[in-house]
Amino acid sequence: MTGDGLLRQAPRLTLILLTLPVAAGFLGTLMPAFWHDARGFHALWAWNGLPRALGLSLSTGVMATAGSLLITLIIVAGLYGSRGFSVIQHLLAPLLSVPHAAAALGLAFLISPSGWIARLFSPWATGWQVPPDLLILNDPWGLSLTFGLIAKEVPFLLLMAIAALPQTDAQRRLLAAQSLGAGRVSGFIVAVLPALYAQLRLPVYAVLAYSMTAVDMAMILGPTLPHTLSVQIVIWMMDPTLSHQSTAAAAALVQLLTVLGALLLWRLAETLLHRLLIGRAEAGLRAPWADGIARRIGAALGLFLAGALFLALGGMALWSVAGLWGFPDPLPESLTLKTWTRSAPDLIESGEMTLRIALLATLAALMLVLACLEAEHRFGLVPGARALWILYLPLLVPQVAFLPGVQVVLLRAGADGTWLAVAAAHLIFVLPYVFLSLAPAFRAWDPRIALAGAALGAPPWTVFVRLRLPMLLRPILTAGAVGIAVSIGQYLPSLLIGGGRIETLTTEAVALSSGGNRRLIGAYALLQMLMPAMCFGLALMVPALAFRNRHGLRVAA
Amino acid sequence: MSGILQLDHLRVSHKGTALVDLNLSVAPGTVLTIMGPSGSGKSTALAAIMGTLPREFDREGRIALEGRDITDLAPHLRRVGLLFQDDILFPHLSVGGNLAFAIPPITKGRAARQSLVEEALASAGLAGFAGRDPATLSGGQRARVALMRTLLARPCALLLDEPFSRLDADLRTQVRGFVFDRIRSAGLAAVLVTHDLEDARAAGGPVVTPLGKVLAAP
Repeated sequence: MTGDGLLRQAPRLTLILLTLPVAAGFLGTLMPAFWHDARGFHALWAWNGLPRALGLSLSTGVMATAGSLLITLIIVAGLYGSRGFSVIQHLLAPLLSVPHAAAALGLAFLISPSGWIARLFSPWATGWQVPPDLLILNDPWGLSLTFGLIAKEVPFLLLMAIAALPQTDAQRRLLAAQSLGAGRVSGFIVAVLPALYAQLRLPVYAVLAYSMTAVDMAMILGPTLPHTLSVQIVIWMMDPTLSHQSTAAAAALVQLLTVLGALLLWRLAETLLHRLLIGRAEAGLRAPWADGIARRIGAALGLFLAGALFLALGGMALWSVAGLWGFPDPLPESLTLKTWTRSAPDLIESGEMTLRIALLATLAALMLVLACLEAEHRFGLVPGARALWILYLPLLVPQVAFLPGVQVVLLRAGADGTWLAVAAAHLIFVLPYVFLSLAPAFRAWDPRIALAGAALGAPPWTVFVRLRLPMLLRPILTAGAVGIAVSIGQYLPSLLIGGGRIETLTTEAVALSSGGNRRLIGAYALLQMLMPAMCFGLALMVPALAFRNRHGLRVAA
Repeated sequence: MSGILQLDHLRVSHKGTALVDLNLSVAPGTVLTIMGPSGSGKSTALAAIMGTLPREFDREGRIALEGRDITDLAPHLRRVGLLFQDDILFPHLSVGGNLAFAIPPITKGRAARQSLVEEALASAGLAGFAGRDPATLSGGQRARVALMRTLLARPCALLLDEPFSRLDADLRTQVRGFVFDRIRSAGLAAVLVTHDLEDARAAGGPVVTPLGKVLAAP
């Protein structure tokens, strides 16, 4: 096959690369459920915790998604185009780069009975001299987990909304609605929201599927008696006696069906709300009073969530260097690097492994995404809605419903437990995010530049390497940083495909979370958070340095 | 690097509607002007010559340059230069870098390429500008760099897609004179697309509509 032929096939190959492991893994995961007269299902039905675990997955997932979406929309409706909105926009990158597990650990430090919040109000306001016996973390209703999920998913949905807004012609639609007498919020709801939500639909579905099935966050913040269903599935799957494999498989199928059911119900709710919205629009919705409220609530929610995350991460950093820090002292008595020096060999080893996996997965994802986008440009390919759904497939199908099957396939091939296999598994999750991050900038690149290059005699490859790549350096590096952050945050693929032999910062941090060594947890979680943050920093710094004397590019980038 | 550009019954249509119908030759050093209102097919004619016509257009006829049939060649193999409405200087390269990009790889050696760049800049009154950021140049300077870059690629023909339309009146006359002088001295067959009568007059060549109706003879 020629280079051009191979490039033309790149989108198809990439979609196969996404579909195949999900489909094969799905079959491999679920088959054990039907072995031995569906023993797995019998065992699952006999488990007392099933209704509660299932209910928790559903309630935390739906509440987290609805809450995240509502907060995102309030922020956008109330603040879009304002100075506050641009402040929030600037806070997004650091917040997005925080892995789920690190955010959960940080929030646990903040809201636990011995956490920072309790310390700040003790003993002067609460009278507590010792940590109170309150079940704040791991509460049986999953409220802490829901809060943690919301804190992590709002930045993601906001980023998706910001990317989608220009495509919805939001400014002009809003202006048109306001010129007809609508308030800012009602104008947004009537004129912008339908188009915006059409663009947000798949990210929202991904958030719903993730929130219902998150494992790492649920292990740290979620209920324990019983766990959410996804956590229970992992516990069964990791059982060394292998006696619960079929139960886990049956539960994975139930989990998948629950997610599908929730997605269908969500779709139904969308239709009902859409009708309601049309009815309100036709009734002449104006509601100017809502503008000030939305602005204030939007700003408050944005600041609250960002503040909670930053405070949580700050607390974690402080714990990693804390000497003696008794309750209810708000600050440690002394600072020491003892934790860091004592655990340096382990931290370096896990950190190096984490980075190696992240770099390989991200590099592969970048090459595939660039090939797909270049093929799209060069051969005039137009990706359809089906391609977008396939791109989102690994984010929509619960990880517990297909990763164990992938593990079995790799086990049979003798490839499990290696860092290369883990990187390959990470690629499935890194690729969609790298694509979503890079595609808008790649597609927005002025096609006349390629034409100018061709008119000067440069073949397409030269145009790609010497013009397009350097001019898109900043979005490419940012997409790379996104990919690295996604890879670093992966828990289940590292745990299952690594077969417990590959220790990444995330698997270690989650493993440590059940113990009480806050200093060590702090060190792991901080490193887990610093790595992607440094990558985002480099993604900003390298192009700024490389093109410090290129004013036009600064504007273009 | 001069040659005759022949448009041999070049017809382009879209969903059955004829947009371009040209059967003519452009001699070296001559500027053919294609005039017409927006949407009349001027840019479609250029796209057909350049080889960038979108798939939904139907094309018939042949295009030859220096006797070489270029109808089905990829744009970068046609040796047809193009000047846009905007200068489209590459913002990540210096002025010298932009010019060096255009020099065909056959010219080997850093010194030889550098010398061609310096020579081109000097001839455009921009000596010493090689290291400059294109974003710091004035409109007129940018237009001159864009033309010199195009000429350094040694095209056999040149297409001008309303290259003066965004310049103010004074600059327009000055840049137009510079471009047409270069075309004549290089003996290039050129095709100018415009809806400005002044541009067409200054070009001095035949003026036709995209459908081949002659509006003015040279």
